[in-house]
Amino acid sequence: MDIKRRKFLKLAGLSAVAGIGAPSAFNMLLRGEVSASEGKPSGHGGGEGHGAASTTKYRYGIVIDVRKFASIKGLAGKCIKACHTIHNVPNYGNKKDEIKWVWVESYEHAFPEHSQYKRNERLHKLPILTMCNHCDNPPCVRACPTQATFKNKENGIIMMDYHRCIGCRFCMAACPYGARSFNWRNPREKDSQGRYRFLERINPDYPCRMRGVVEKCTLCVERIDRGQIPACVEATGNTGAMIFGDLNDPNSEISRVLRETFTIQRKPAVGTHPSLFYII
Amino acid sequence: MIDKALKGDTRYWIWLAFLLGVMTLGGLSYVQQFKYGLGYTGMSRDVSWGVYIAQFTFLVGVAAGGVMLVLPYYLHDFKAFGRITVLGEFMAIAAVSMCLMFILADLGQPARVLNVILHPTPNSMLFWDMIVLNGYLFLNIICGWVILNAEAKEVPPPKWVKPFVYISIPWAISIHTVTAFLYAGLPGRHFWLTAIMAPRFLASAFAAGPALLLICAMAMKKYANFDPGEKAVNKLCTIISYAAIANFFFIGLEFFTAYYSNIPGHMHTLDYLFFGLEGHDNLVPFMRFSMVLGLIATIAIMVPAVRRNDRYLVITCAALFLALWIDKGVGLVLGGFVPNPLEYITEYVPTFGELMITAGIWATGFFILTILYKVALAVDRQIHG
Repeated sequence: MDIKRRKFLKLAGLSAVAGIGAPSAFNMLLRGEVSASEGKPSGHGGGEGHGAASTTKYRYGIVIDVRKFASIKGLAGKCIKACHTIHNVPNYGNKKDEIKWVWVESYEHAFPEHSQYKRNERLHKLPILTMCNHCDNPPCVRACPTQATFKNKENGIIMMDYHRCIGCRFCMAACPYGARSFNWRNPREKDSQGRYRFLERINPDYPCRMRGVVEKCTLCVERIDRGQIPACVEATGNTGAMIFGDLNDPNSEISRVLRETFTIQRKPAVGTHPSLFYII
Repeated sequence: MIDKALKGDTRYWIWLAFLLGVMTLGGLSYVQQFKYGLGYTGMSRDVSWGVYIAQFTFLVGVAAGGVMLVLPYYLHDFKAFGRITVLGEFMAIAAVSMCLMFILADLGQPARVLNVILHPTPNSMLFWDMIVLNGYLFLNIICGWVILNAEAKEVPPPKWVKPFVYISIPWAISIHTVTAFLYAGLPGRHFWLTAIMAPRFLASAFAAGPALLLICAMAMKKYANFDPGEKAVNKLCTIISYAAIANFFFIGLEFFTAYYSNIPGHMHTLDYLFFGLEGHDNLVPFMRFSMVLGLIATIAIMVPAVRRNDRYLVITCAALFLALWIDKGVGLVLGGFVPNPLEYITEYVPTFGELMITAGIWATGFFILTILYKVALAVDRQIHG
């Protein structure tokens, strides 16, 4: 902070005391925030990627230990299967209609802004489990013209109202992680024998979508409400490959892991403050 | 006054019948799309907006272009535009109508479109776009229709319409600015994330809109004995050439920033559009053609000999319009999705049905335009004999 600004703030503080200045400056001085803010990175280069404390009561997040996924064969597939079965995610078998909530990505595509030069072989074979980042500052929510996608005020989860979505796909253009899918056709289409063509079976506990709406991972908000953990996390069992918890609680396991382990996030520079973290 | 559109020669009726035919084919295709879902188009998870949104974006520009007649006529009292200003306003009506139809065609759940009003969301640029587009349509209907009606009755236009005329001028700027904001505010889409998106949009709009208007005016001169006036034509050419120069200047700026900074994310889409990216190059011929054609047309329209020759002028304007359409109605929107945020390359090819719907909406726009111009022409003839 330069001299001028310090001087200005002092002046502002004095005038606040005198009752003529901005109350906010007065409050800043009272709480001692002025000195506390000195010397912190401004976050232009993604320094604040992990995000400041969320304004929601809880902020659920996941730490994904990619090393475990690499060493335990088929673990990622188990997570995907668990999620897609519970949430009635259709399988079209082609890329054009594709809908996915959670999937495996290669290191270079999950972290395209990281240097790939002379990285070791292990890195390029890593299965990176990818899904909605449940950003604390979500561009999709900003873009949605009907609040069909919104941030849950209680727990910070980015949710979808399938009955309000008009299918404009603005959120898909806005998401920097490619986490959103669109129902290009009817997922409940049946064949001549009356069987679902793209769903093995329908789980009646979760709504099945109709064509023309956007969908994505909801961090199993419906399970969290019942006191369960997300299906993908549950599928990893006691491997420790995924740690789910409240980022706002300094005593939660996830907060402890984040304090003790070096983790990275996808595209911290775009300022979305993801709630997903990766141990590579 | 609309009854004036019910009297016309054979050519007029054949033209309308042709448009109705294309509209019918488009409508039938839309029924198919409505029944199947948007999978009817070539769009996919990676390229989630296609030709509809691209047309919408381009046509917002055509609509905004009408202000290039309204502004000189009403603010600078440029009398020579007296006979064609209403053509600019009517073109705006037709273009905004097409915009709204393209948005509707692009919605996965068109029946829920009113959710945008039922659940107003000021943080969404699409919400504001809905407001400015409908507002602009409303303003142009008022200004164009009321003033023409007064002319037809040979009385001065009512005083209350003036404020609407003046509001419509900044409003025209706003429709294209907000449309640019749809793209320019998205993190992780490097090609669109540029502060000059709105100026770029406006520059191309102020060239493409008047170019189309000039083509229409020339067609009416040839087939309907309507004279826009040499002074007006000349002025329009000047407006078009300055706007086109600004447009190409802005494109040059985009190239400089991307390639001099050498930041891969900023170069990728330009690579894809103009040189091919990792072997994917289906838009390269179009984009290169657009640049060459556009630059030639921009130079041509500054040549006095071209301006004086109706045939050359129409060809030049058509070339410029086509060049700007490829640049914005194809490359700008589709290019933004390549590569996707995970740096995969998925190419998009529209389906036949999708193109039919697109053609149907264009035909509907031209149908509206023809009817409105027919009325304007009848009034013009009544006054000028």
